[in-house]
Amino acid sequence: MFSCAAIAVFTTLGIVLSLLFESIKFFTSVSIFDFITGINWAPGRAFVRDASVQTADVENVFGAVPLFWGTFFIAMIAMSVAVPIGLFSGIYMAEYSSRKFRKIIKPLIEILAGIPTVVYGFFAALTVGPFFRIIGENLGLDVSSESALAAGVVMGIMIIPYVSSLTDDVINAVPKSLREGSLAIGATKSETIKKVVLPAALPGIVGSILLAISRAIGETMIVVMAAGLAANLTINPLEASTTITTQIVTILIGDQSFNNPKTQAAFALGITLFFFTLIINIIALNIVKKFREKYE
Amino acid sequence: MNNIKKEALLKKRYNAEKRFKLYGILSIFLAIAFLFILIFNIFSKGSGAFLKTEILLNINFDQKKLGLNNNSSEKEIREASFDEILKDALLALAPSAPELKQAELVDIVSIDAELEIKKFFLNNRDILNKSYEVSLTLSDDLDQVYKGNFPRDIPEDRRRFSDFQLKIYDELVSKNKIVSKLNWSFLTNADSREPELAGVASSLVGSFFTLFVCLLLSFPLGILAAIYLEEFAPKNKITEIIEVNVNNLAAVPSIVFGLLGLGVFLNYFYLPRSTPLVGGMVLALMTLPRIIIPCRAALKAVPPSIREGALALGASKVQTVMHNVVPLAMPGTLSGTIIGLSQALGETAPLLLIGMVAFINVVPSTPLDPSAVLPVQVYLWSESAERGFVEKTSATIIILIFFLIIMNSFAIYLRNKFEKKWS
Repeated sequence: MFSCAAIAVFTTLGIVLSLLFESIKFFTSVSIFDFITGINWAPGRAFVRDASVQTADVENVFGAVPLFWGTFFIAMIAMSVAVPIGLFSGIYMAEYSSRKFRKIIKPLIEILAGIPTVVYGFFAALTVGPFFRIIGENLGLDVSSESALAAGVVMGIMIIPYVSSLTDDVINAVPKSLREGSLAIGATKSETIKKVVLPAALPGIVGSILLAISRAIGETMIVVMAAGLAANLTINPLEASTTITTQIVTILIGDQSFNNPKTQAAFALGITLFFFTLIINIIALNIVKKFREKYE
Repeated sequence: MNNIKKEALLKKRYNAEKRFKLYGILSIFLAIAFLFILIFNIFSKGSGAFLKTEILLNINFDQKKLGLNNNSSEKEIREASFDEILKDALLALAPSAPELKQAELVDIVSIDAELEIKKFFLNNRDILNKSYEVSLTLSDDLDQVYKGNFPRDIPEDRRRFSDFQLKIYDELVSKNKIVSKLNWSFLTNADSREPELAGVASSLVGSFFTLFVCLLLSFPLGILAAIYLEEFAPKNKITEIIEVNVNNLAAVPSIVFGLLGLGVFLNYFYLPRSTPLVGGMVLALMTLPRIIIPCRAALKAVPPSIREGALALGASKVQTVMHNVVPLAMPGTLSGTIIGLSQALGETAPLLLIGMVAFINVVPSTPLDPSAVLPVQVYLWSESAERGFVEKTSATIIILIFFLIIMNSFAIYLRNKFEKKWS
């Protein structure tokens, strides 16, 4: 039985080692500094080995900054959809709605998190993307059919329940006495929520938002299908943008040999992604845990 | 004066209260609206794929053209070419058509039409030398026209069928020779490059094998790990490391598991690519923490009095856990497992990395055959240019969601029916 439990640890070790192993190979051919600070991402050119391309060029095609930026950017668009909607839904469910209403609405919203991401990807690519483009055309804007906006908004819809359900849970964990104190001195309900309940529940809410962010960063299918492949360093949400996960998939889809820097680059991206999300998760889980300990 | 100010302030505060409440209602409304738009969108696009359009064609089973006689064996029939009689029948639709247009006439039916005639003939051997009306699959472009998914008024050079084909098609419609039927072949066919023939059978079977492997690995491992952590583990550093690990593993992006599968299972152990075996193993690792966590919660919910009662009667620790605690925690464990599996069923990204995106046109018969799975099929078809694949993709999503609903309702049923409230 101990060995069964240890499998979880072996899995983590396996992830770290297999990623590390390939990444080290990658960083022997491409400097880690170029990878983290380079702004030119074109791994396809690493295969060009003719005389016209200098070796310096080969080394400079693995600049991952556009990918980091794209990932961050799309996650932010997603959060700007998910946080307000999720937060207000959570607050309403916890503070205003009747028990019966909440019992129906909460599972209904949670369905959003249960739908496979490939479905959202399809929805983003075929419905939301063209929809934004039509609106953009009418407004005289140039919207690419694969835009960061479409992918981000759809991803935001997907993570609404991560924010709303956790917000609902943490607000419910805030002791009733705090509310009663505030109401007794004449505050309205919304004032009580804003001034008393939310500050008390803040760590839990921040934790839930962090978990949602880590979810958005690691999300793959929506961005693969709707965000495009061009590694643009742009702040225009209407342009195509690419992410870490998209590039991993594009590099590794289909057959590939293992001994070239392009394939190894995917593993280097993987390990970056793994540590990004790991750090966010650890922080989030700790915040939520501390919050629980405070009130339970 | 002061009073008026106070009243104004109070009004402002009450308005703020109303606004705040409104934001809440609006948010919930938006979230639910998104859900319904999504579902409506998929269903309205996909429902068409469950019907297929067929053409009733009068075919003359000419003995000479087929090269068969009444005593021909089944093998001879299978080897015979039915192309000629099919072509004759199609050309008969427009006898005066110039030679250039003849190829267009042949394209009205799907490329499998010859096989369909052959199959029909095998089931009705006595129709040799007779004319008979056979129902054949229409080509996917005209199928889309029939379903109204394709606007007819776009210029000829921008669509995949000619004005001539459209004219013949309209004549057929007016003669009631075009019919709509339930599309069973969507469920029984494997993938195909032709939208009208493509089916989900290979990915359905692939999904089944993958989930089976996943269940076989993750369920026993998950349960034993949970029992160990909850009941037997000593409180020390190692246990703590394992616990933190399990919790973090549950939040690792799924694509990282794909990288693990590619790096370790394929590249190190040389397991076969694109197979449900490897897919199931990768998904099992992903599902493991998602089984351990609810399973531990279920074990924790069993009150200590049960354990104490068993121990007081002289049962050993293992007997107590296995005979008394685990059976009581089973409903929670099972529903957790089913929910974990349903997440595995919808997972795409890790499977892309281990090569389960190949074009598979045969139904796999063992977990060692290359195959696709339902969500990957969605991804593959959504990348296809043909209009006919849009409704196939949506229909695959409908099937996928159908299975997810079944699994999740079963989990909820288990939880409600068997879960006991202690207290």
